[in-house]
Amino acid sequence: MKARAWLACLGGILLREALRWMGQRGRFISALVRPLLWLGVFAAGFHFVLGLSITPPYKTYIPYEVYIAPGLCGMIQLFNGMQSSLSMVYDREMGSMRLLMVSPFPRWYLLSAKLLAGVLVSIVQVAIFFICASAWGIVAPPSGYLAVLPALLVSGLMLGALGLVLSSFIRQLENFAGVMNFVIFPMFFASSALYPLWRVGQSSPGLYWISQVNPFTHAVELIRFALYDRFNPVAAAVVLAYLALFMALALIGYDPGRGMLARKGSD
Amino acid sequence: MVPDLPQAALAVAGVSHSFGPRRVLRDVSFTVHPGDFTSLLGLNGAGKTTLFALITRLYHSRAGTISVLGHDMRHEPLKALARLGVVFQQPTLDLDLSVRQNLHYQASLHGLSRATAEPRIVTELDRVGLADRIDDRVRNLSGGQRRRVELARSLLHTPSLLLLDEPTVGLDIESRRFLLAHVRDLCRQTGLGVLWATHLIDEVVPEARVIVLHHGQVLADGPRTTITAAHQGDIGAAFATLTHEGQPA
Repeated sequence: MKARAWLACLGGILLREALRWMGQRGRFISALVRPLLWLGVFAAGFHFVLGLSITPPYKTYIPYEVYIAPGLCGMIQLFNGMQSSLSMVYDREMGSMRLLMVSPFPRWYLLSAKLLAGVLVSIVQVAIFFICASAWGIVAPPSGYLAVLPALLVSGLMLGALGLVLSSFIRQLENFAGVMNFVIFPMFFASSALYPLWRVGQSSPGLYWISQVNPFTHAVELIRFALYDRFNPVAAAVVLAYLALFMALALIGYDPGRGMLARKGSD
Repeated sequence: MVPDLPQAALAVAGVSHSFGPRRVLRDVSFTVHPGDFTSLLGLNGAGKTTLFALITRLYHSRAGTISVLGHDMRHEPLKALARLGVVFQQPTLDLDLSVRQNLHYQASLHGLSRATAEPRIVTELDRVGLADRIDDRVRNLSGGQRRRVELARSLLHTPSLLLLDEPTVGLDIESRRFLLAHVRDLCRQTGLGVLWATHLIDEVVPEARVIVLHHGQVLADGPRTTITAAHQGDIGAAFATLTHEGQPA
Protein backbone atom coordinates (compact mmCIF):
# COMPACT_ATOMS: atom_id res chain seq x y z
CA MET A 1 0.00 0.00 0.00
CA LYS A 2 1.20 3.48 -0.81
CA ALA A 3 2.40 6.02 1.72
CA ARG A 4 -0.61 8.21 0.98
CA ALA A 5 -2.96 5.41 1.96
CA TRP A 6 -1.14 4.98 5.27
CA LEU A 7 -1.41 8.69 5.92
CA ALA A 8 -5.09 8.71 5.00
CA CYS A 9 -5.69 5.95 7.52
CA LEU A 10 -3.78 7.77 10.27
CA GLY A 11 -5.53 11.03 9.44
CA GLY A 12 -8.94 9.36 9.58
CA ILE A 13 -8.29 7.85 13.00
CA LEU A 14 -6.93 11.14 14.40
CA LEU A 15 -9.85 13.10 13.01
CA ARG A 16 -12.42 10.71 14.46
CA GLU A 17 -10.82 10.99 17.91
CA ALA A 18 -10.76 14.77 17.66
CA LEU A 19 -14.42 14.92 16.57
CA ARG A 20 -15.46 12.56 19.35
CA TRP A 21 -13.52 14.57 21.92
CA MET A 22 -15.10 17.82 20.83
CA GLY A 23 -18.49 16.16 21.06
CA GLN A 24 -17.92 14.98 24.63
CA ARG A 25 -17.95 18.22 26.59
CA GLY A 26 -18.43 16.41 29.90
CA ARG A 27 -15.23 14.47 29.42
CA PHE A 28 -13.33 17.61 28.58
CA ILE A 29 -14.66 19.59 31.52
CA SER A 30 -14.00 16.83 34.04
CA ALA A 31 -10.49 16.41 32.62
CA LEU A 32 -9.88 20.08 33.28
CA VAL A 33 -11.69 20.46 36.59
CA ARG A 34 -9.98 17.48 38.23
CA PRO A 35 -6.41 18.86 38.18
CA LEU A 36 -7.62 22.37 38.89
CA LEU A 37 -9.35 21.09 42.02
CA TRP A 38 -6.12 19.49 43.14
CA LEU A 39 -4.30 22.69 42.43
CA GLY A 40 -6.84 25.02 44.01
CA VAL A 41 -7.84 22.96 47.03
CA PHE A 42 -5.29 20.30 47.80
CA ALA A 43 -2.19 22.32 46.97
CA ALA A 44 -3.53 25.38 48.75
CA GLY A 45 -4.05 23.28 51.88
CA PHE A 46 -0.61 21.77 51.72
CA HIS A 47 1.06 25.04 50.91
CA PHE A 48 2.19 25.66 54.48
CA VAL A 49 2.45 22.05 55.61
CA LEU A 50 5.06 20.73 53.27
CA GLY A 51 8.49 22.27 53.10
CA LEU A 52 10.37 21.58 49.93
CA SER A 53 14.11 21.85 49.75
CA ILE A 54 15.79 22.83 46.52
CA THR A 55 15.90 19.74 44.28
CA PRO A 56 16.57 19.55 40.57
CA PRO A 57 15.19 20.74 38.23
CA TYR A 58 14.24 23.65 40.52
CA LYS A 59 16.93 26.25 41.18
CA THR A 60 15.20 27.94 44.05
CA TYR A 61 12.61 27.29 46.73
CA ILE A 62 9.25 26.72 45.15
CA PRO A 63 5.69 26.80 46.46
CA TYR A 64 3.90 23.48 46.65
CA GLU A 65 1.55 24.39 43.78
CA VAL A 66 4.52 24.68 41.48
CA TYR A 67 5.79 21.29 42.62
CA ILE A 68 2.60 19.39 41.88
CA ALA A 69 1.81 21.02 38.50
CA PRO A 70 3.84 18.47 36.47
CA GLY A 71 2.24 15.66 38.46
CA LEU A 72 -1.17 17.02 37.54
CA CYS A 73 -0.16 17.04 33.86
CA GLY A 74 0.71 13.39 34.33
CA MET A 75 -2.66 12.87 36.01
CA ILE A 76 -4.45 14.31 32.98
CA GLN A 77 -2.59 11.87 30.77
CA LEU A 78 -3.15 8.97 33.15
CA PHE A 79 -6.90 9.54 33.25
CA ASN A 80 -6.94 10.06 29.52
CA GLY A 81 -5.07 6.82 28.88
CA MET A 82 -7.42 4.86 31.12
CA GLN A 83 -10.47 6.54 29.66
CA SER A 84 -9.40 5.60 26.15
CA SER A 85 -8.78 2.07 27.37
CA LEU A 86 -12.32 1.89 28.64
CA SER A 87 -13.62 3.36 25.43
CA MET A 88 -11.76 0.56 23.63
CA VAL A 89 -13.64 -2.02 25.68
CA TYR A 90 -16.83 -0.12 24.97
CA ASP A 91 -15.88 0.05 21.30
CA ARG A 92 -15.23 -3.65 21.26
CA GLU A 93 -18.54 -4.45 22.85
CA MET A 94 -20.34 -2.05 20.57
CA GLY A 95 -18.51 -3.32 17.54
CA SER A 96 -16.68 -0.22 16.35
CA MET A 97 -13.39 -1.78 17.48
CA ARG A 98 -14.18 -4.56 15.05
CA LEU A 99 -14.54 -1.98 12.33
CA LEU A 100 -11.00 -0.87 13.07
CA MET A 101 -9.76 -4.46 13.14
CA VAL A 102 -11.06 -5.34 9.66
CA SER A 103 -9.09 -2.50 8.13
CA PRO A 104 -6.44 -3.91 5.79
CA PHE A 105 -3.63 -2.15 7.64
CA PRO A 106 -1.42 -4.06 10.07
CA ARG A 107 -2.86 -4.25 13.54
CA TRP A 108 0.21 -2.65 15.14
CA TYR A 109 -0.33 0.37 12.92
CA LEU A 110 -4.01 0.67 13.74
CA LEU A 111 -3.43 0.37 17.47
CA SER A 112 -0.54 2.85 17.35
CA ALA A 113 -2.67 5.33 15.41
CA LYS A 114 -5.47 4.97 17.94
CA LEU A 115 -2.95 5.45 20.73
CA LEU A 116 -1.45 8.55 19.11
CA ALA A 117 -4.93 10.02 18.65
CA GLY A 118 -5.61 9.69 22.38
CA VAL A 119 -2.25 11.20 23.28
CA LEU A 120 -2.77 14.25 21.08
CA VAL A 121 -6.08 14.85 22.82
CA SER A 122 -4.34 14.61 26.21
CA ILE A 123 -1.68 17.11 25.10
CA VAL A 124 -4.37 19.62 24.18
CA GLN A 125 -5.91 19.10 27.62
CA VAL A 126 -2.53 19.66 29.29
CA ALA A 127 -2.04 22.84 27.26
CA ILE A 128 -5.39 24.16 28.50
CA PHE A 129 -4.39 23.21 32.04
CA PHE A 130 -1.17 25.21 31.68
CA ILE A 131 -3.17 28.24 30.63
CA CYS A 132 -5.42 27.91 33.68
CA ALA A 133 -2.45 27.24 35.97
CA SER A 134 -0.80 30.45 34.85
CA ALA A 135 -3.68 32.22 36.60
CA TRP A 136 -2.26 30.78 39.86
CA GLY A 137 1.09 32.21 38.92
CA ILE A 138 2.42 28.81 37.97
CA VAL A 139 4.58 29.53 34.98
CA ALA A 140 7.53 27.75 33.47
CA PRO A 141 10.23 29.28 31.26
CA PRO A 142 8.72 29.88 27.78
CA SER A 143 11.11 27.41 26.17
CA GLY A 144 9.97 24.82 28.73
CA TYR A 145 6.52 24.75 27.17
CA LEU A 146 8.11 23.64 23.93
CA ALA A 147 10.53 21.23 25.54
CA VAL A 148 7.71 19.55 27.43
CA LEU A 149 5.90 18.54 24.22
CA PRO A 150 8.10 15.52 23.39
CA ALA A 151 8.01 14.52 27.07
CA LEU A 152 4.22 14.65 27.05
CA LEU A 153 4.14 12.67 23.82
CA VAL A 154 6.30 9.86 25.20
CA SER A 155 4.63 9.75 28.62
CA GLY A 156 1.18 9.90 27.03
CA LEU A 157 2.06 7.05 24.69
CA MET A 158 3.32 4.98 27.60
CA LEU A 159 0.20 5.56 29.72
CA GLY A 160 -2.04 5.05 26.69
CA ALA A 161 -0.25 1.79 25.88
CA LEU A 162 -0.91 0.66 29.45
CA GLY A 163 -4.57 1.46 28.80
CA LEU A 164 -4.42 -0.62 25.61
CA VAL A 165 -3.03 -3.56 27.54
CA LEU A 166 -5.85 -3.27 30.06
CA SER A 167 -8.43 -2.98 27.30
CA SER A 168 -7.18 -6.16 25.67
CA PHE A 169 -7.50 -8.10 28.91
CA ILE A 170 -10.68 -6.61 30.30
CA ARG A 171 -13.45 -8.64 28.74
CA GLN A 172 -16.54 -6.74 29.76
CA LEU A 173 -17.18 -3.07 30.09
CA GLU A 174 -16.16 -2.64 33.71
CA ASN A 175 -17.15 0.41 35.64
CA PHE A 176 -14.60 3.13 35.89
CA ALA A 177 -14.34 2.73 39.68
CA GLY A 178 -12.47 -0.57 39.30
CA VAL A 179 -9.78 0.97 37.16
CA MET A 180 -9.67 4.02 39.47
CA ASN A 181 -9.12 1.89 42.56
CA PHE A 182 -6.68 -0.59 41.17
CA VAL A 183 -4.76 1.38 38.57
CA ILE A 184 -5.14 5.14 38.72
CA PHE A 185 -5.05 5.78 42.47
CA PRO A 186 -2.14 3.43 43.27
CA MET A 187 -0.13 4.80 40.34
CA PHE A 188 -0.87 8.39 41.24
CA PHE A 189 -0.30 8.23 45.00
CA ALA A 190 2.74 5.94 44.92
CA SER A 191 4.65 8.33 42.72
CA SER A 192 6.53 11.59 42.83
CA ALA A 193 3.47 13.50 41.61
CA LEU A 194 2.42 14.82 45.02
CA TYR A 195 5.62 14.68 47.08
CA PRO A 196 9.30 14.35 46.31
CA LEU A 197 10.57 10.81 46.61
CA TRP A 198 13.32 11.69 49.08
CA ARG A 199 10.62 12.66 51.56
CA VAL A 200 8.76 9.42 50.88
CA GLY A 201 11.99 7.52 51.51
CA GLN A 202 12.37 9.16 54.92
CA SER A 203 9.04 7.84 56.13
CA SER A 204 8.66 4.56 54.24
CA PRO A 205 11.50 2.88 52.35
CA GLY A 206 9.05 0.29 50.98
CA LEU A 207 6.84 2.92 49.41
CA TYR A 208 9.96 4.63 48.12
CA TRP A 209 10.93 1.55 46.12
CA ILE A 210 7.41 1.00 44.87
CA SER A 211 7.42 4.60 43.66
CA GLN A 212 10.77 4.05 42.00
CA VAL A 213 9.47 1.22 39.83
CA ASN A 214 6.17 2.95 39.17
CA PRO A 215 6.20 4.07 35.53
CA PHE A 216 4.07 7.05 36.44
CA THR A 217 6.85 8.45 38.67
CA HIS A 218 9.19 8.53 35.71
CA ALA A 219 6.57 9.99 33.41
CA VAL A 220 6.06 12.83 35.92
CA GLU A 221 9.80 13.39 36.35
CA LEU A 222 10.31 13.47 32.60
CA ILE A 223 7.60 16.13 32.33
CA ARG A 224 8.90 18.05 35.36
CA PHE A 225 12.46 18.28 34.04
CA ALA A 226 11.38 19.06 30.48
CA LEU A 227 9.16 21.86 31.73
CA TYR A 228 12.27 23.53 33.15
CA ASP A 229 14.31 22.87 30.03
CA ARG A 230 16.18 19.96 31.50
CA PHE A 231 16.47 16.42 30.21
CA ASN A 232 16.17 13.57 32.68
CA PRO A 233 17.86 10.59 30.97
CA VAL A 234 16.88 8.03 33.60
CA ALA A 235 13.22 8.98 33.47
CA ALA A 236 13.30 8.99 29.65
CA ALA A 237 14.90 5.54 29.52
CA VAL A 238 12.44 4.07 32.02
CA VAL A 239 9.41 5.58 30.27
CA LEU A 240 10.60 4.30 26.88
CA ALA A 241 11.26 0.84 28.31
CA TYR A 242 7.78 0.69 29.81
CA LEU A 243 6.34 1.96 26.52
CA ALA A 244 8.02 -0.89 24.64
CA LEU A 245 6.83 -3.42 27.22
CA PHE A 246 3.21 -2.21 27.26
CA MET A 247 3.08 -1.98 23.47
CA ALA A 248 4.37 -5.55 23.14
CA LEU A 249 1.77 -6.77 25.63
CA ALA A 250 -1.00 -4.85 23.84
CA LEU A 251 -0.03 -6.40 20.51
CA ILE A 252 -0.14 -9.85 22.08
CA GLY A 253 -3.52 -8.99 23.59
CA TYR A 254 -4.90 -8.02 20.19
CA ASP A 255 -3.08 -10.73 18.23
CA PRO A 256 -5.60 -12.86 16.30
CA GLY A 257 -3.73 -16.04 17.18
CA ARG A 258 -2.80 -15.47 20.79
CA GLY A 259 -4.92 -12.74 22.30
CA MET A 260 -7.68 -12.91 24.83
CA LEU A 261 -10.28 -12.64 22.06
CA ALA A 262 -9.02 -15.83 20.45
CA ARG A 263 -9.21 -17.74 23.70
CA LYS A 264 -12.58 -16.64 24.93
CA GLY A 265 -14.45 -15.37 21.90
CA SER A 266 -16.07 -12.08 21.25
CA ASP A 267 -19.72 -12.86 21.72
CA MET B 1 -15.24 -2.57 -10.30
CA VAL B 2 -15.02 -6.26 -9.44
CA PRO B 3 -12.12 -8.00 -11.15
CA ASP B 4 -12.96 -11.11 -13.09
CA LEU B 5 -10.92 -13.61 -11.10
CA PRO B 6 -11.27 -17.36 -11.25
CA GLN B 7 -10.97 -17.70 -7.48
CA ALA B 8 -13.88 -18.08 -5.16
CA ALA B 9 -14.85 -14.84 -3.45
CA LEU B 10 -14.67 -16.77 -0.20
CA ALA B 11 -13.32 -20.25 0.44
CA VAL B 12 -13.70 -21.81 3.88
CA ALA B 13 -12.05 -25.21 4.18
CA GLY B 14 -12.10 -27.56 7.16
CA VAL B 15 -12.51 -24.80 9.72
CA SER B 16 -12.93 -25.86 13.34
CA HIS B 17 -12.87 -23.65 16.39
CA SER B 18 -13.35 -24.01 20.11
CA PHE B 19 -13.31 -21.75 23.13
CA GLY B 20 -11.72 -23.88 25.83
CA PRO B 21 -13.55 -27.21 25.86
CA ARG B 22 -16.56 -25.78 23.98
CA ARG B 23 -16.45 -26.67 20.28
CA VAL B 24 -18.18 -23.96 18.32
CA LEU B 25 -17.35 -24.93 14.74
CA ARG B 26 -16.63 -28.43 13.42
CA ASP B 27 -14.98 -28.96 10.05
CA VAL B 28 -16.89 -26.20 8.27
CA SER B 29 -16.28 -25.99 4.51
CA PHE B 30 -18.03 -24.00 1.79
CA THR B 31 -17.33 -21.50 -0.97
CA VAL B 32 -19.00 -18.30 -2.10
CA HIS B 33 -18.49 -17.47 -5.75
CA PRO B 34 -18.51 -13.99 -7.28
CA GLY B 35 -22.11 -13.00 -7.92
CA ASP B 36 -23.47 -15.60 -5.47
CA PHE B 37 -26.05 -14.63 -2.92
CA THR B 38 -25.36 -17.15 -0.17
CA SER B 39 -27.61 -17.46 2.86
CA LEU B 40 -25.95 -18.83 5.97
CA LEU B 41 -28.96 -20.14 7.82
CA GLY B 42 -28.76 -21.17 11.44
CA LEU B 43 -30.41 -20.69 14.79
CA ASN B 44 -28.92 -18.39 17.41
CA GLY B 45 -25.83 -20.10 18.78
CA ALA B 46 -25.23 -22.14 15.62
CA GLY B 47 -21.76 -20.61 15.27
CA LYS B 48 -22.51 -17.93 12.68
CA THR B 49 -20.98 -15.05 14.65
CA THR B 50 -17.84 -17.07 15.44
CA LEU B 51 -17.52 -17.95 11.77
CA PHE B 52 -17.80 -14.26 10.90
CA ALA B 53 -15.19 -13.36 13.52
CA LEU B 54 -12.83 -15.86 11.90
CA ILE B 55 -13.52 -14.62 8.36
CA THR B 56 -12.94 -11.01 9.50
CA ARG B 57 -9.74 -12.05 11.31
CA LEU B 58 -10.81 -10.99 14.75
CA TYR B 59 -9.00 -14.17 15.67
CA HIS B 60 -7.55 -17.19 13.90
CA SER B 61 -9.28 -20.53 13.56
CA ARG B 62 -7.84 -23.48 15.45
CA ALA B 63 -7.91 -25.57 12.28
CA GLY B 64 -8.64 -25.11 8.59
CA THR B 65 -8.14 -22.26 6.13
CA ILE B 66 -10.11 -19.21 5.06
CA SER B 67 -9.28 -17.28 1.92
CA VAL B 68 -10.80 -14.28 0.21
CA LEU B 69 -10.19 -13.99 -3.56
CA GLY B 70 -7.40 -16.53 -3.17
CA HIS B 71 -5.69 -14.63 -0.35
CA ASP B 72 -5.26 -16.79 2.72
CA MET B 73 -6.45 -14.98 5.84
CA ARG B 74 -3.55 -16.29 7.90
CA HIS B 75 -0.74 -15.63 5.44
CA GLU B 76 -1.99 -12.65 3.44
CA PRO B 77 -4.47 -11.05 5.83
CA LEU B 78 -4.07 -7.53 4.55
CA LYS B 79 -4.79 -8.43 0.93
CA ALA B 80 -7.73 -10.55 2.03
CA LEU B 81 -9.20 -7.82 4.26
CA ALA B 82 -8.83 -5.25 1.48
CA ARG B 83 -11.33 -7.24 -0.62
CA LEU B 84 -13.82 -7.63 2.19
CA GLY B 85 -16.83 -5.51 3.15
CA VAL B 86 -18.67 -6.21 6.40
CA VAL B 87 -21.98 -5.24 7.95
CA PHE B 88 -21.73 -6.28 11.58
CA GLN B 89 -24.53 -7.58 13.71
CA GLN B 90 -24.06 -4.79 16.25
CA PRO B 91 -24.47 -1.20 15.11
CA THR B 92 -21.01 0.30 14.60
CA LEU B 93 -21.77 3.86 13.59
CA ASP B 94 -20.65 6.74 15.75
CA LEU B 95 -23.97 8.25 16.82
CA ASP B 96 -22.60 11.72 17.54
CA LEU B 97 -20.86 12.10 14.20
CA SER B 98 -22.58 12.92 10.93
CA VAL B 99 -23.21 10.32 8.23
CA ARG B 100 -20.47 11.91 6.13
CA GLN B 101 -17.97 11.85 8.99
CA ASN B 102 -18.72 8.21 9.70
CA LEU B 103 -18.26 7.23 6.08
CA HIS B 104 -15.05 9.22 5.70
CA TYR B 105 -13.69 7.44 8.76
CA GLN B 106 -14.40 4.07 7.16
CA ALA B 107 -12.89 5.20 3.85
CA SER B 108 -9.72 6.28 5.63
CA LEU B 109 -9.47 2.87 7.30
CA HIS B 110 -9.14 1.51 3.78
CA GLY B 111 -6.55 4.09 2.84
CA LEU B 112 -8.84 6.18 0.62
CA SER B 113 -8.05 9.88 0.49
CA ARG B 114 -10.85 12.35 1.18
CA ALA B 115 -10.91 13.39 -2.47
CA THR B 116 -11.35 9.78 -3.62
CA ALA B 117 -13.84 8.95 -0.91
CA GLU B 118 -16.20 11.89 -1.26
CA PRO B 119 -17.78 10.97 -4.65
CA ARG B 120 -18.05 7.33 -3.59
CA ILE B 121 -19.80 8.35 -0.39
CA VAL B 122 -22.30 10.41 -2.33
CA THR B 123 -22.88 7.58 -4.84
CA GLU B 124 -23.36 4.86 -2.24
CA LEU B 125 -25.64 7.00 -0.11
CA ASP B 126 -27.66 7.85 -3.19
CA ARG B 127 -28.07 4.15 -3.95
CA VAL B 128 -29.57 3.55 -0.51
CA GLY B 129 -31.74 6.65 -0.81
CA LEU B 130 -30.04 8.68 1.89
CA ALA B 131 -28.02 11.25 -0.07
CA ASP B 132 -30.07 14.05 1.47
CA ARG B 133 -29.16 12.93 5.01
CA ILE B 134 -25.40 13.11 4.48
CA ASP B 135 -24.83 15.88 7.01
CA ASP B 136 -27.30 14.61 9.62
CA ARG B 137 -26.08 13.17 12.86
CA VAL B 138 -26.46 9.41 12.89
CA ARG B 139 -28.37 9.74 16.16
CA ASN B 140 -31.18 11.41 14.23
CA LEU B 141 -31.62 8.51 11.81
CA SER B 142 -34.02 5.61 12.30
CA GLY B 143 -32.74 2.07 12.84
CA GLY B 144 -33.46 1.15 9.24
CA GLN B 145 -31.68 4.23 7.92
CA ARG B 146 -28.64 3.50 10.07
CA ARG B 147 -28.47 0.00 8.61
CA ARG B 148 -28.61 1.44 5.13
CA VAL B 149 -25.74 3.79 5.99
CA GLU B 150 -23.78 0.79 7.26
CA LEU B 151 -24.42 -1.03 4.02
CA ALA B 152 -23.27 2.00 2.01
CA ARG B 153 -20.22 2.21 4.25
CA SER B 154 -19.27 -1.42 3.66
CA LEU B 155 -19.14 -0.81 -0.10
CA LEU B 156 -16.97 2.34 -0.20
CA HIS B 157 -13.76 0.45 -0.98
CA THR B 158 -15.52 -1.64 -3.69
CA PRO B 159 -15.09 -5.04 -2.02
CA SER B 160 -15.48 -8.34 -3.87
CA LEU B 161 -17.05 -10.10 -0.93
CA LEU B 162 -19.72 -8.70 1.34
CA LEU B 163 -20.45 -10.26 4.72
CA LEU B 164 -23.66 -9.40 6.53
CA ASP B 165 -24.19 -10.77 10.03
CA GLU B 166 -27.93 -10.83 10.74
CA PRO B 167 -28.26 -7.34 9.25
CA THR B 168 -32.04 -7.08 9.60
CA VAL B 169 -32.32 -7.73 13.33
CA GLY B 170 -34.64 -5.16 14.84
CA LEU B 171 -35.70 -3.64 11.51
CA ASP B 172 -39.25 -3.19 10.28
CA ILE B 173 -40.57 -5.10 7.27
CA GLU B 174 -40.00 -2.27 4.82
CA SER B 175 -36.37 -1.76 5.84
CA ARG B 176 -35.72 -5.48 5.67
CA ARG B 177 -37.22 -5.68 2.21
CA PHE B 178 -35.16 -2.71 1.01
CA LEU B 179 -31.90 -4.11 2.37
CA LEU B 180 -32.47 -7.54 0.89
CA ALA B 181 -33.48 -6.15 -2.52
CA HIS B 182 -30.50 -3.81 -2.63
CA VAL B 183 -27.98 -6.54 -1.84
CA ARG B 184 -29.57 -8.91 -4.39
CA ASP B 185 -29.23 -6.17 -7.01
CA LEU B 186 -25.58 -5.68 -6.14
CA CYS B 187 -24.97 -9.40 -6.59
CA ARG B 188 -26.58 -9.45 -9.99
CA GLN B 189 -25.19 -6.17 -11.29
CA THR B 190 -21.66 -6.03 -9.90
CA GLY B 191 -20.78 -9.67 -9.36
CA LEU B 192 -20.34 -9.10 -5.65
CA GLY B 193 -20.16 -12.31 -3.64
CA VAL B 194 -22.47 -12.13 -0.62
CA LEU B 195 -22.62 -14.16 2.56
CA TRP B 196 -25.78 -13.24 4.45
CA ALA B 197 -26.10 -14.82 7.88
CA THR B 198 -29.61 -15.09 9.24
CA HIS B 199 -31.91 -17.11 11.40
CA LEU B 200 -34.97 -15.91 9.49
CA ILE B 201 -36.09 -18.38 6.86
CA ASP B 202 -38.00 -15.76 4.87
CA GLU B 203 -34.68 -14.04 4.12
CA VAL B 204 -33.56 -17.02 2.06
CA VAL B 205 -34.26 -15.60 -1.38
CA PRO B 206 -35.24 -17.87 -4.31
CA GLU B 207 -31.91 -17.64 -6.13
CA ALA B 208 -29.85 -18.11 -2.96
CA ARG B 209 -27.35 -20.77 -2.29
CA VAL B 210 -28.11 -22.01 1.19
CA ILE B 211 -25.72 -23.21 3.84
CA VAL B 212 -27.43 -24.65 6.90
CA LEU B 213 -25.24 -24.35 9.98
CA HIS B 214 -26.34 -26.18 13.09
CA HIS B 215 -24.36 -26.73 16.30
CA GLY B 216 -21.25 -25.64 14.42
CA GLN B 217 -21.66 -28.09 11.56
CA VAL B 218 -22.71 -27.61 7.96
CA LEU B 219 -25.80 -29.80 7.49
CA ALA B 220 -26.62 -28.76 3.93
CA ASP B 221 -24.99 -26.69 1.20
CA GLY B 222 -26.55 -26.07 -2.20
CA PRO B 223 -29.06 -24.06 -4.22
CA ARG B 224 -32.30 -23.39 -2.41
CA THR B 225 -34.24 -25.36 -5.01
CA THR B 226 -32.13 -28.48 -4.37
CA ILE B 227 -32.34 -28.25 -0.60
CA THR B 228 -36.10 -27.76 -0.62
CA ALA B 229 -36.81 -30.29 -3.39
CA ALA B 230 -38.16 -32.89 -0.99
CA HIS B 231 -40.36 -30.31 0.75
CA GLN B 232 -42.20 -28.73 -2.16
CA GLY B 233 -39.94 -25.67 -2.03
CA ASP B 234 -40.65 -25.00 1.66
CA ILE B 235 -37.36 -23.87 3.17
CA GLY B 236 -38.85 -23.86 6.68
CA ALA B 237 -39.83 -27.50 6.45
CA ALA B 238 -36.47 -28.41 4.93
CA PHE B 239 -34.66 -26.60 7.74
CA ALA B 240 -36.80 -28.30 10.39
CA THR B 241 -36.13 -31.71 8.94
CA LEU B 242 -32.43 -31.06 8.71
CA THR B 243 -32.10 -29.83 12.26
CA HIS B 244 -34.76 -32.07 13.86
CA GLU B 245 -35.73 -29.18 16.05
CA GLY B 246 -39.04 -28.11 14.67
CA GLN B 247 -39.79 -24.85 12.99
CA PRO B 248 -37.14 -22.21 13.48
CA ALA B 249 -38.04 -18.84 14.89
